[in-house]
Amino acid sequence: MQSENENPNMQVSDEVVIQIEDMNKWYGQFHVLKDINLNVRRGERIVICGPSGSGKSTLIRCINRLEEHQKGLINVDGIELTNDLKNIDAIRREVGMVFQHFNLFPHLTVLENCTLAPIWVKKMPKKEAEEVAMKYLERVRIPEQAMKFPGQLSGGQQQRVAIARSLCMNPKIMLFDEPTSALDPEMIKEVLDVMIELAREGMTMICVTHEMGFAKTVANRVIFMDEGQIIEENEPNQFFDNPQSDRTKLFLSQILAH
Amino acid sequence: MASQHQQTGVVNAGDLPDLPAPIRTEGAVAWMRDNLFKGVWNTLLTFVGLALLLYTIPPALNWLIFNANWTGGADACRVNPDGACWPFVTTRWEQFLYGFYEKSERWRINILLVILSIGIIWLAIEKMPLKKYMAIFMLFIFPVIAFFMMFGTEAYVKDIDKALALSAADGGSIFDPIRRLLRVPLAAANLKTVETSQWGGFTLTLVIALSGIVASLPLGVLLALGRRSKMKIISLLSTIFIEFWRGIPLVAVLFMATIMFPLFLPPGANFDQLMRAVIGVALFASAYMAEVVRGGLQAIPKGQYEGAMALGLPYSKMMRLIIMPQALKVVIPGIVNTFIGLFKDTTLVLIIALFDLLGIVQASIADPNWSIKSVPYTGYAFVAIVFWICCYSMARYSRYIEDKLHTGHKR
Repeated sequence: MQSENENPNMQVSDEVVIQIEDMNKWYGQFHVLKDINLNVRRGERIVICGPSGSGKSTLIRCINRLEEHQKGLINVDGIELTNDLKNIDAIRREVGMVFQHFNLFPHLTVLENCTLAPIWVKKMPKKEAEEVAMKYLERVRIPEQAMKFPGQLSGGQQQRVAIARSLCMNPKIMLFDEPTSALDPEMIKEVLDVMIELAREGMTMICVTHEMGFAKTVANRVIFMDEGQIIEENEPNQFFDNPQSDRTKLFLSQILAH
Repeated sequence: MASQHQQTGVVNAGDLPDLPAPIRTEGAVAWMRDNLFKGVWNTLLTFVGLALLLYTIPPALNWLIFNANWTGGADACRVNPDGACWPFVTTRWEQFLYGFYEKSERWRINILLVILSIGIIWLAIEKMPLKKYMAIFMLFIFPVIAFFMMFGTEAYVKDIDKALALSAADGGSIFDPIRRLLRVPLAAANLKTVETSQWGGFTLTLVIALSGIVASLPLGVLLALGRRSKMKIISLLSTIFIEFWRGIPLVAVLFMATIMFPLFLPPGANFDQLMRAVIGVALFASAYMAEVVRGGLQAIPKGQYEGAMALGLPYSKMMRLIIMPQALKVVIPGIVNTFIGLFKDTTLVLIIALFDLLGIVQASIADPNWSIKSVPYTGYAFVAIVFWICCYSMARYSRYIEDKLHTGHKR
């Protein structure tokens, strides 16, 4: 697969939307994230990989404050993440997130899942919210499931609903936390296709995933983490063909072996 | 045979047809064989069960229905002591329903019962229109109407007049317009005061049970949220409250409400005895409710909170729209269980000299005109049947709601 960075929609601007400086996090005495420095520019697609327990999920969960960092600075679209609830809410409105286990609301229909946040957070009229929701459900190619409950859908469909649900808030940045890890193999593609499409439209994305094909197709930077640190960071071709650190080489040999 | 095992690259050209199930797995005979006569032990149990039913059901039916006295008065029951004495209930049903509520004012209870029935049926039927407004009416407006209709408005009009006269002597007060406004509907209704000491029978049972039910669910939800709060003080206070009320028997709560509570009131202050009992019952039930709701909250996976937070929902909306609906749904059986317990516990007000249905039936049994052997049994059987119908309806409705709210995500 070749990189598609020539696509005009996928141009990266110089504007930094996420700025992380010397960020540290501890769980009790356990130092999970060590001196993380990362700048994400508008339109950038970043893939974070690394062995389990390396802190990659924790890192992106810090960006929308599902986890609290103890030291350093995180700045999202000009808003600094502090304990100020107003800032946290403002950032969460700008940042969409897709989870490994979808986290759809099982007591609401697919449509209600999508309209809930626009109606209650953005105060959008119900009618308008439903139109927006249908637009995004069409984009993830499941408008016909709108009236069903999440429990009646397949995993791949649920994950696509979750993506649509995030998009309904019209986020500037999307975070993906292992979006295909809980899916059966034949459903991974339908979710990745939606994500690739999203990337082609110029969405700023940070994606924790082991799908190296996806990384090669759309990422303009791959970050390798281990033991809470960023070990290596490079554009995909360089990263896969010419890894620098031994840990990266070992990791790549393990996941690309089969 | 050997060649078959070595065969590779098998292709199944067509689908296998669906065949009907073997005859013996369906139908009444198969059901009986599977459920009643499967093996020696099972068959034996079936016969023991049948024997028990034969031993208990026919005599009970005989006593309650076939051999019972349905007409006549006490004399008929005296002649036939081997059956239930239903005339005892039919001649006294008014007292069982209204207690000692003044006869001329009983129409007020009737109206309330009609509104209550319409409201409950309205809310229970799935496709009724304007359900939201009906629910708001039943939860917030009906209790106020019910209070004034039950108690009467006369005394309150007098109170307002007294306050107005006082403030007029004082040169007027900013509350005067509010007082005048309140006085208009109360004076128009002009309902005679019926002291709570006259309330009784099934009406009183309903008053206590419904107040308890309506108050305990929201209180329980708040206490459960409080107990799980990250703010330590709130969590501690909620825990102390819950454990205090759970730790003492309801009888003790009622005694405290009646005997001890007035000691803490300033002299001359009067706080209605029934009101005290109702508050006691409601707080008692809310502690149980809180633990039931907390159980439901614990069943909600962390991902639901994270999904809601990631969408930018603030805490109150997350709880109201995402977490609580799911948590309450999980614990519907527990909630209804608490309601049923509360409904039956109302009979304990007997010990603080309030005459609920059981109390009034028990008092009637003592009537010398009805000192017949079968009368106490009949009275208690009647109370049991009334309570059973109420509680079983609640249980059935809870099952129905559970099925209705099932959205296919249970695994």
